[in-house]
Amino acid sequence: MMASSYNAKDEDGHITVTGPGGGAGLRSKKPENTAFKQQRLPAWQPILTAGTVLPAFFIIGLLFIPIGIGLFVTSNNIKEFTIDYTGADNSSPCFNCSQNFSWNSTMPCTCTVPFYLDQPYESNVYVYYGLSNFYQNHRRYVKSRDDSQLNGNLKSLLEPSKECEPYAYHNNVPIAPCGAIANSMFNDTLALFYNHPNGTNVPILLGTTGIAWWTDKHVKFGNPGGADSNLTAVFQGTTKPLNWRRPVYELDSDQSNSGFVNEDFIVWMRTAALPTFRKLYRIIAKSSQMVPTLPPGNYTLEVVYNYPVHSFEGRKRIILSTISWMGGKNPFLGIAYITVGSVCFFLGVVLLVIHHKCGNRNNGADISN
Amino acid sequence: MTIPAEIPEKWFPLVLPLKRKKQKGLNGAKSKKKGAEEERRVRANDREYNEKFQYARNCIMTSKYNIVTFLPVNLFEQFQEVANTYFLFLLILQLIPQISSLSWFTTIVPLALVLSITAVKDATDDYFRHKSDNQVNNRQSQVLIRGLLQNEKWMNVRVGDIIKLENKQFVAADLLLLSSSEPHGLCYIETAELDGETNMKVRQSVSVTNELADQNNLASFDGEVVCEPPNNKLDRFCGTLYWRDKKYTLTNQNMLLRGCVLRNTETCYGLVIFAGPDTKLMQNSGSTKFKRTSIDRLMNTLVLWIFGFLVCMGVILAVGNAVWEREVGSLFQSYLPWDPSVDNFLFSAFLSFWSYVIILNTVVPISLYVSVEVIRLGHSYFINWDQEMFCSQCNTAAEARTTTLNEELGQVEYIFSDKTGTLTQNIMSFNKCSINGQTYGEGPDPLEPRPKRLDFSPFNPLADPDFCFYDDTLLESVKVGDAHTHKFFRLLALCHTVMSEEKSEGELVYKAQSPDEGALVTAARNFGFVFRSRTPGTITTTEMGQPVTYTLLAILDFNNIRKRMSVIVRNPEGRICLYCKGADTVLLERLHPCDQELMNVTSDHLHEYAADGLRTLALAYRDLSEDEWEAWSESHRCADKATSCREDRLAATYEHIEQDMMLLGATAIEDKLQEGVPETIAVLSLANIKIWVLTGDKQETAVNIGYSCKMLTDDMTEVFTISGNTVHSVRQELRTARERMIVLSRTREGGKEEGTEGCFMGNGFREGEGMAGAGAKQLQCPPPPPPSNLMDNISGEFALVINGHSLAHALEADMETEFVSTACACKAVICCRVTPLQKAQVVELIKKHKKAVTLAIGDGANDVSMIKSAHIGVGISGQEGIQAVLASDYSFSQFRFLQRLLLVHGRWSYLRMCRFLCYFFYKNFAFTMVHFWFGFFCGFSAQTVYDQYFITLYNIVYTSLPVLAMGIFDQDVPDQRSLEYPKLYEPGQLNLLFNKREFFICIAQGIYTSVVLFFVPCAVLSDATQSTGEPLADYQTFAVTTATALVIVVSVQIALDTGFWTVINHVFVWGSLGCYFCIMFALHSQTLFLIFPNQFHFVGSAQSTLLQPVVWLTIALATTICIVPVLAFRFLKVDLKPQLSDTVRYTQLVRQKKRKPMDCSVEGGRRGPGSVSDGRLGARGGSRRSGYAFAHQEGFGELITSGKNMRLSSLALASFASRHSSSWIDTLRRKKPAHVHTPPSASGESSPAPSCVSGSAPPLSNSSSALGGSQDTTIEEETGSAPAQSAQTAPAQSLAASEAAAAGRSHGGDSPGGWSISLGAVQEALLRWRARAAASNSPRSPSVPMETRQHE
Repeated sequence: MMASSYNAKDEDGHITVTGPGGGAGLRSKKPENTAFKQQRLPAWQPILTAGTVLPAFFIIGLLFIPIGIGLFVTSNNIKEFTIDYTGADNSSPCFNCSQNFSWNSTMPCTCTVPFYLDQPYESNVYVYYGLSNFYQNHRRYVKSRDDSQLNGNLKSLLEPSKECEPYAYHNNVPIAPCGAIANSMFNDTLALFYNHPNGTNVPILLGTTGIAWWTDKHVKFGNPGGADSNLTAVFQGTTKPLNWRRPVYELDSDQSNSGFVNEDFIVWMRTAALPTFRKLYRIIAKSSQMVPTLPPGNYTLEVVYNYPVHSFEGRKRIILSTISWMGGKNPFLGIAYITVGSVCFFLGVVLLVIHHKCGNRNNGADISN
Repeated sequence: MTIPAEIPEKWFPLVLPLKRKKQKGLNGAKSKKKGAEEERRVRANDREYNEKFQYARNCIMTSKYNIVTFLPVNLFEQFQEVANTYFLFLLILQLIPQISSLSWFTTIVPLALVLSITAVKDATDDYFRHKSDNQVNNRQSQVLIRGLLQNEKWMNVRVGDIIKLENKQFVAADLLLLSSSEPHGLCYIETAELDGETNMKVRQSVSVTNELADQNNLASFDGEVVCEPPNNKLDRFCGTLYWRDKKYTLTNQNMLLRGCVLRNTETCYGLVIFAGPDTKLMQNSGSTKFKRTSIDRLMNTLVLWIFGFLVCMGVILAVGNAVWEREVGSLFQSYLPWDPSVDNFLFSAFLSFWSYVIILNTVVPISLYVSVEVIRLGHSYFINWDQEMFCSQCNTAAEARTTTLNEELGQVEYIFSDKTGTLTQNIMSFNKCSINGQTYGEGPDPLEPRPKRLDFSPFNPLADPDFCFYDDTLLESVKVGDAHTHKFFRLLALCHTVMSEEKSEGELVYKAQSPDEGALVTAARNFGFVFRSRTPGTITTTEMGQPVTYTLLAILDFNNIRKRMSVIVRNPEGRICLYCKGADTVLLERLHPCDQELMNVTSDHLHEYAADGLRTLALAYRDLSEDEWEAWSESHRCADKATSCREDRLAATYEHIEQDMMLLGATAIEDKLQEGVPETIAVLSLANIKIWVLTGDKQETAVNIGYSCKMLTDDMTEVFTISGNTVHSVRQELRTARERMIVLSRTREGGKEEGTEGCFMGNGFREGEGMAGAGAKQLQCPPPPPPSNLMDNISGEFALVINGHSLAHALEADMETEFVSTACACKAVICCRVTPLQKAQVVELIKKHKKAVTLAIGDGANDVSMIKSAHIGVGISGQEGIQAVLASDYSFSQFRFLQRLLLVHGRWSYLRMCRFLCYFFYKNFAFTMVHFWFGFFCGFSAQTVYDQYFITLYNIVYTSLPVLAMGIFDQDVPDQRSLEYPKLYEPGQLNLLFNKREFFICIAQGIYTSVVLFFVPCAVLSDATQSTGEPLADYQTFAVTTATALVIVVSVQIALDTGFWTVINHVFVWGSLGCYFCIMFALHSQTLFLIFPNQFHFVGSAQSTLLQPVVWLTIALATTICIVPVLAFRFLKVDLKPQLSDTVRYTQLVRQKKRKPMDCSVEGGRRGPGSVSDGRLGARGGSRRSGYAFAHQEGFGELITSGKNMRLSSLALASFASRHSSSWIDTLRRKKPAHVHTPPSASGESSPAPSCVSGSAPPLSNSSSALGGSQDTTIEEETGSAPAQSAQTAPAQSLAASEAAAAGRSHGGDSPGGWSISLGAVQEALLRWRARAAASNSPRSPSVPMETRQHE
């Protein structure tokens, strides 16, 4: 300890004697006189004064309220219809399916849900399926995929990543696509029929493409062997995920929408952030200018009930929605904006009053006292 | 950076054993039984015998590593830091796949960065230590081995060796002086490195060994020394020498200690008793401590709390996980089966706990520690770069030697200062004198141009060309041949113990024991009375060109009790005369009562000088008849030969002859303060910093300086002196002082009421605010013992003077509290005659009892221990070697830079660090807590909200630079304001800007932000879709939205926090934002994905997310919700309860807007609080501080008359003349181009009651309050509390007051001027004319401004 405090050099008087007299001629060690070194950089020094803060509050208020109103109105103009077809209730048409169906069932169970639209749905109508209490955001679930495989890497196709466990191999045959996400892909088949007043059930054409992100479809997902290869051949040596009824290359008859680039698959693979989520299922394209896409009236939803949710108390629903520039129906945003705007405005008023009543207005008039 | 200052103590437990082992391996010298050593036996010239004891070798080792051990030891050390170990632990956790919620690189990148930076720094430091060790260990010394002198390296010198030393050499180890080339075995040493005293000391060998003389005899010397084990007492040594069957007692007088320099002695031989680490120098260096700032400690506490918080959150989430896995997860198994290895919910919960610990660890990011270091480094550079702390005379800039303490500089409450070389320049200059009632010499008037310095050369060829004097009337008077003037200077030329060296004709060098004496003799020399040489029996002078030789009949030496010295000489004509100089109090009462008038006038002059802070001496003579002399010399001889009570009897004979003397005049010597010292002290005390002076000097000197640098003022309520010699008396004195304080402050309370209001509002006034501050402080400290509670409410200015003996008692365990409570109630405390270790003890005491930040400032080796034990040590460079500087944390060359260091740099550092920490904790909580909320929605599975790259980069890239810029560059008020309004310093002392409360506020704000950042996007996005219909609620979109919102919110927040937007801030803030977007787009780009498809899952997310208007609306909403409350809250705080800094800032803004010329307003502002700065010294006619204030030791008279020190070895003389002089002449020379010291003046005019401070000893009497009555005190209080306003009106008032006081005192019941004299030492006489003198209020001679300066 003592040693440390003692620095040897200093003991050396023979050296230290260099007084200022001797060293006067040396160059000056004077620090440079720069604004930076002397901490005199020009600077903007904002201060929270009544003159700056209060207007800010008012401006925020005045800006937010109209935006909020705009959002609210837009959101209200969007039509959205939700049908829960889980079949949890006795009365529900899908009750039987929900009770009996499991992954082991060989026969698909079908049920039909009637519903009534009281408003016409103009423009494109988007059909979503929604799941509740489904934890797509669980850590083990989220990571249970092999992006390399999904991107079409042949090596990964046959040697899926360990992340996919326990859905990487089935009887030592690699699973394609591997992992829990793929394995649990939503596979209900939904069909919509318009019950025409004349008694006929008109099937509504559901577009299957254009539902996935562009980057997902074109960059992130790719079939092994490129776009033109024979999928069946390429997927030789792999097996379908356990829960799947068909192998991946039979997801769609259209080659460009089959295999890993099947859009339903891609949509499913984009995991949701919250346990209650919706995913885009189909798009009902606008047919003509004159007729609304979905005129008001009775409809039937035909469900091939393949996806059991009863075991974990999940709910399944189908949502029909139009969209606007800001997307789907979203009343929260508008209300939030209006509220925040009003609060800011109100705060501005309150602060103004406080400032006038008790504010330290002789601020700095005399501080030296 | 530069030379490594010290090794943190924390390393020692580790390093020392290693080092020991290694040394043992090498030479087997070091042993662990050191602690057990009870006595030391050393046999000369017998290495084998001494080897048995395994004494430490003379090798010192301060380095920690060598090339091989560096990596393991350094890493091991680094992982002793809790933080590093913690991150290592996290890293290991992350490698377990079941737990790993984040990739390993999120931790290892920052950790590796931190470790390598620290390692590089440590390596550099150690390299320098190696270098300096080597240098000192390899120094050569001459060792007597087997009868031959051999050159040996210092490190090979062993205990028991005999070493030959030559003049000017450093002593290599603690030696027993065996023989010397000088007569009587004397040898002179300079101990500046050791104890800071610059005067030479004499050591003498034991006579038997001195006879050994030459080296052959010494080689056969085989005496054995038995002595005490190594200790740190510099002034004590006891041992016995056994030689040839005889015992010789050894004392400190026989020892040469390592660190001393041999002076004025050709050669000497010494026996090594203690070597290396055992030497007193090393033992006295005090233990080095790794200094940590209070913010550091707070930060560590907080980090621990945060860990606790982290564990709590982990537990909550783990419990959640258990519940979820049981209730939901088990049912969800068809989609998400459990890992085979994790087959039940409890184990899953256990794992999830650790996973969450990993995720949430960013509440204490590793970058915190690095950033703090970087900020401190930046601040240190600013200190190094500060031009205003550059001293052009010595060409040294300020230097921050440690980079870890900067913010503590903003929290200092106690300053412990050395005196010599720190407050003063240690230059004495003959400034004024009063001869036969006529005063000469006038301090330079700042308003008038300086008069010309007197040129002595034409008049006196022997004059010292460096001597300055400005009053030519004195020279005229000498030339005219005024008898009194001649007598005056003759006295100065004769009555002293100075030795002269005359290398060649006319080239005189005086070797004075104290600089005071040197100054006086030099003055006489220049005025034509040149002291040329002396022998034991004669003094030769050249008087007005004529050589005169006086016979020296007797020297009546100085001692502390006598406070005077006399010589009795017979002049060539045969007349016998006694010349006496001494403290006026002592001298005036021994005068012949014939010339009352002269006495009055001289006394007035003495008052005047004392009031100017000068050290005064009165001079008198007495003509003796031959009979008188014969009679006296007979009695003197008797007394001298007396065996019992010799001292007392001698004193009595001295007393007998020193009577009925004729007054000649008085001298005034200026102990030159460093430039700006009083102003600095005034400003610092306005900043509520208490200043204690701890000096090895004598009480008189210390007190004198206390006055001249305005620590003590005559308008202080009372100055207490504690000088008891026993525990009991010290306790009694302390108690009495406290009681007095309570009584006095009660009486003051009454008069105070009306003044209070004004005081509290002001920023500049010490009393009201100071006490308010102390009160507030009280809340933070744990309640001190009951008596001190009362003590904290003391109002009024008190000061305490305590001397070394008393201090030793006061520092005993049971007295501590008593001493602390008394001393801390005082505004100023002066401790005199303290040893280096006591200095450290005092500092420790305050640290222990006050929980306040202490700063020690000093320049000498004797200050090292104090510098090390204080929280912050400051070394004054360029005065007494660089020991102090090397031990210090900061160094600069002028005391006055301290105010800039504390009030500007310290304050800024503290402010910046606090703001930095607040923001840092805030941003990390805002960042991390989002995971916590997300846990409730993701099955407590430890899924992160953000992309892992974002998590890695958030702290080190996206948010680090703006906060660093704020931490380094922020300023709330410009530097000159900090000096103008010292009160701005107070928040730091009270620790207001970052404490637990502030911390919780930050945390709360962070948590609030995290709530907003999670739930707003959650609510908005859950059902929202893109404008193309795809839902927005997918995980990646959510992650990008939240992350973007987070980055924007924290950027807005830093923008709000930054008060000083330089270009750099702009670049960093905007740059960080830009950087975030660039990096995000890059990471989400197709290119990277195609290369590493498994690493970059987020491909395309940035584009598709950020193109959505809803996302931006969400971000805007979240930002507004986060910021608006903060804005409102801050606005209200500034608007309703503005801090002083806010107000100053605002004023600044207003001024800038009005474009007022800054200068005049600055001037105006300066005047108020800093009014002290232009104060002319103390109260006119204030208490007289007589100073026989020599740094004088008794015993030199005897040495001279015995002739022992008369040695005419020309070689030594020459060398002495050329080199020595280091005590004062050299200092003078160094200081030559120095500053014009302007004795500050001002408030003195308004000072009311002259000589109101007195009270030589307890029971303390305060003249003004005791005699002048309560009216006096009231007036005093008012003027004291509002000097600025009442400066104009005060003189009238005070004059009245002083008259009243004087009148009241006309019966002279008090003992003025005597308080500087230790209790029970000598009975002070009463000065009856004192009152009258004070009343007449110092008629001043026509002012001829002059300044005396002395140069060689």
